[in-house]
Amino acid sequence: MFQYNEKVMDHFANPRNVGEIADADGIGEVGNPVCGDMMTFYIKVKDNKIQDVKFKTFGCGAAIAVSSMVSEMAKGKTLDEAMQISNKDVAKELGGLPENKLHCSNLGADALHKAIENYRENHKENK
Amino acid sequence: MENKNYIYLDNASSTRIDDRVIEEMLPYIKDYYGNPSSVHQAGADAREGLENARIKVADLIGANPEEIYFTSCGTESNNFALTGITEANQNKGKHIITSVIEHLSILNPLKELQRKGFEVTTVPVDKEGFVNPDDIKAAIRPDTILISIMHANNEIGTIQKIREISKVAKESEIIMHSDGVATAGIIPSNVKELGVDAFSFSSQQMYGPKGAAALYIKKGTRIRPFILGGVQERGRRAGTENIPGIVGFGKACEIAKFEMEENAKKSIKLRDKLIKGIMDNIKEVTLNGSMESRLPGNVHVSFEYIEGESIVLFLNMQGITVATGSSCASQALKVSHVCTSIGLSHATAQGSILFSIGKYNTDEDIEKVIEVLPPIIDKLRKMSPLYKGLI
Repeated sequence: MFQYNEKVMDHFANPRNVGEIADADGIGEVGNPVCGDMMTFYIKVKDNKIQDVKFKTFGCGAAIAVSSMVSEMAKGKTLDEAMQISNKDVAKELGGLPENKLHCSNLGADALHKAIENYRENHKENK
Repeated sequence: MENKNYIYLDNASSTRIDDRVIEEMLPYIKDYYGNPSSVHQAGADAREGLENARIKVADLIGANPEEIYFTSCGTESNNFALTGITEANQNKGKHIITSVIEHLSILNPLKELQRKGFEVTTVPVDKEGFVNPDDIKAAIRPDTILISIMHANNEIGTIQKIREISKVAKESEIIMHSDGVATAGIIPSNVKELGVDAFSFSSQQMYGPKGAAALYIKKGTRIRPFILGGVQERGRRAGTENIPGIVGFGKACEIAKFEMEENAKKSIKLRDKLIKGIMDNIKEVTLNGSMESRLPGNVHVSFEYIEGESIVLFLNMQGITVATGSSCASQALKVSHVCTSIGLSHATAQGSILFSIGKYNTDEDIEKVIEVLPPIIDKLRKMSPLYKGLI
């Protein structure tokens, strides 16, 4: 019926891990309203692992589904493992995205990486 | 195919075909399959359908049948008008005036004409989407040969002061074209009253079939042929005519002529009910366009902090079909130029939704939208990093 498959529609309609973490260890933001998609990721880190992850997204169906999928993929992973998650992996895990959504909306992994980098920055300073 | 009983609120894109139109078309699909250019009886039967349709189509806009050229869609009519008129009149000059709010089937052919050496002045619109006739007047040069301003905008529904603009054009003996795809069959669109020399309009926006449209060219207006071949459409638009489509278009025009006023009244009632329902139940939402001069079925709103495609998808899950100007929903990945032309920020434009009401919509349709929309907006806002409200 749509340009999106069932899995994408499920993550869009019932996104996992929506929200903010008040005392997040790292925050990552990508996109802007001009291009139409904007994502903010919040992570909580414990023992070098992503203990919790939340996101907020302004954007189309693909952007929301991608954010939800990234949050699921990242949870429980070590920071290094999470840094390995690529936007391509996310699209694959979602069973594919429409061609025109692959670039502009598929930014979830970038937002996650930024949150991890932000955590590492903060962590460095604290030491 | 399953029976589609969605709540259809995308009548600006296309409309449900009227059953009476289908009835009129059927014989021209099944029985009168001849080529209208043929001399024999089968040709004559098809020709009769074609010419009767031409009379009805002309009648809707107050034109003579010989001033009607059938095309395949509104886009083709606009392309025909722009390229045909400019080519035929370029000995007088190479300057064209249009507005920022025109349909892409005007703006893109004009870009092509610019590449061919024509110059285009694009006048702005105000925040309600109006072209100021004084701006047109100020843009006129000695070499201006064509002004093209749409009768009403298909997105925000603003109905332009075409008569005033035509007057300005006439004073300088400039050819005036108007894109009437959003208005013909929906509101009165008499070419004499509008004062236009050329007028594009389409069947699928007025409960007729897709694949049929027309360009009105006032007698005496110079225009180059658009498709070359045989003598169909007096040699200006060659190619075998889409007889079933044109016959359906004719019937749609005939019906519109008699029922347009009643339909418009009904649409306005539903439109105002929907506007009130949205405004009363949702915060931080703007109604775009003009309240005084608005298409009967047009409700174009922008919801702050959220993006249109998501709204469209959630409404679709509830069986409600609407449109958005968001870049995510466009194949070009660009936010609607109409939304930015009236001064909306990109963020606000992304959250714009067009509900376009038609003659088949009911009170229940509108009530259903008012019921399901607020929780959708709320859900998406709670998900948005732009929304300052607390989770």
